[in-house]
Amino acid sequence: MTLTDTPGALSTEPPGAVPARGQSQRRRPGRPRGRAASILGLTPFAFYVLAFLALPTAIALTTAFFDSAGGFTLDNVATLFDPLILDTFVSSFWISALTAVIGAVVGALVCYALLGARPDGALRMMIESASSVLAQFGGVMLAFAFIATIGVQGLITVMLRSQFGLDIYADGVWLYALPGLILPYIYFQVPLMVITFMPALDGLKPQWAEANATLGGSRFTYWRRIAGPILAPAFFGSLLLLFANAFSGYATAAALISQGSQIVPLQIRSALISETVLGRSNMAGALALGMIAVMIVVMTAYSILQKRTTRWQR
Amino acid sequence: MSRTAPSIGAAPSRVTRGLILGIIGALFAIPIIAMIEFSLRDGLAGGYTLSHWTSLVDPASVAKYRSLTTGLGNSLLLAVVTVGIVLLLLLPTMILVQLRFPRLRRVLEFICIIPITVPAIVLVVGLAPVYRFIGSIFGSSIWTLAFAYGITVLPYAYRTLASNLGALDAITLSEAARSLGAGWPSVLWRVLLPNLRRGILAASFISVAVVLGEYTIASLLSRQNLQTAILLISKSDPYVAVIFALLSLLLVFLLLLVIGKVGTRRPGARSSKPSSKPDLTQGVAS
Repeated sequence: MTLTDTPGALSTEPPGAVPARGQSQRRRPGRPRGRAASILGLTPFAFYVLAFLALPTAIALTTAFFDSAGGFTLDNVATLFDPLILDTFVSSFWISALTAVIGAVVGALVCYALLGARPDGALRMMIESASSVLAQFGGVMLAFAFIATIGVQGLITVMLRSQFGLDIYADGVWLYALPGLILPYIYFQVPLMVITFMPALDGLKPQWAEANATLGGSRFTYWRRIAGPILAPAFFGSLLLLFANAFSGYATAAALISQGSQIVPLQIRSALISETVLGRSNMAGALALGMIAVMIVVMTAYSILQKRTTRWQR
Repeated sequence: MSRTAPSIGAAPSRVTRGLILGIIGALFAIPIIAMIEFSLRDGLAGGYTLSHWTSLVDPASVAKYRSLTTGLGNSLLLAVVTVGIVLLLLLPTMILVQLRFPRLRRVLEFICIIPITVPAIVLVVGLAPVYRFIGSIFGSSIWTLAFAYGITVLPYAYRTLASNLGALDAITLSEAARSLGAGWPSVLWRVLLPNLRRGILAASFISVAVVLGEYTIASLLSRQNLQTAILLISKSDPYVAVIFALLSLLLVFLLLLVIGKVGTRRPGARSSKPSSKPDLTQGVAS
């Protein structure tokens, strides 16, 4: 629309300059060549994405179907249903689910607390930046944080032992095993919830609260009848994102647990390093396949819920 | 604007807010405090000392921390190359799609979001053979890892750039410039890029943050970066490892705080005319 009036009005003024690159005024003449050049402009990125995203993903997902000699096999995929591998999937599943639920509830509480704060105020900005650090870039650093906190000589461990005579490791050190992942994971799940759920809460219009109040509704009816239903898809969407985040997280777990493969990403690690998990080559591919299957289901559900959420954010 | 909300009842009262944020904030501060406390400990003897911090700048211990400085140097190099990929590969493509192929915008967005669904640990399974091939061409120098990091950074960089690009009417701007006689290079350099300065800055910073914190790909492809070096040195000198973890968390926090500041200054400027030059007078161009 703006195409038609701006160039038309100006084309009479500088007669020399404009007709030379006439493609935007009159669509017909210059268009095809410009288009070809533009398509050419897309190729570097397309090539890059093909080489470093599409190709590795394709390799990761297809190696499972080949044996070490290069022949087609379903053995690796069948191994996914080996009780040992299934166990790691189950552990991955419950640790992700548990930390996602706790993270979602606590994170939503933080979002609620931030509701009245000015979006560009110092409080919001500090909390959002800190959340972003912990949620997305923590990785190995979070493992150290928890070793310093509840490691054998950690601040809290020592304090509980000396002040209250309470030994959290009376039954053995669990920080470097599966249960040890719970607290660090919650530590990055809550901030992730704050980041992903806050926009939905920002989308709540003050008019709705006003309408509720004018109609004689209480705080409780507002949250139960208005904000609750509107926020539900966003909440469950964020919950799924948290689940996916914990399910695919590797760095924190790898830094804490150096021995054993209690969760799927660690199982992939040992498959990659030793190539002999259950005596099979290309096992990493099979595990990657299983992981991607779970991720695709979760992320599809997430994007469906996300679509319902954005409907209210306009 | 939202000042009226609290009186109606959507927002929590000041006390409730303080209570929730206070309790959760205190709980979340514990690990950070524990790290600080840990870095000040004087071995197992008890008592506190600053020696772990001072030894960092002590020239005598340079050799001891060689792996750390190598890792840090590698990570910084990777950060630079990754930012290069974002600015020279992703950004031009986004601008091109915005101007010439609006229909491809969805496709581009979908591609850029894929790395969220394909986590690094899965990607690395396929990257291993790819890097075996790359190694045969470029050798095993560290910078090639940035190709993989460019992919992991994609969702973050795309989102920050897209929100900036979407907020300005790139088509009208470029048409206006073109009709005034500007060629495509000067449209890009003198009209679009200055308007995208915030997005570019934010995308660069977030890329740096992602690269500095990356562990999965580097460790599984057996390359040395900051994170693998921290983990390595933690076996011999846990105090230095904790100090470096603290410092890198702090650095990333500051980077993100700057992004936040840069991002929120826009709403104030939006009230003025679309082509608001004055609010871009920040000397932020790199």
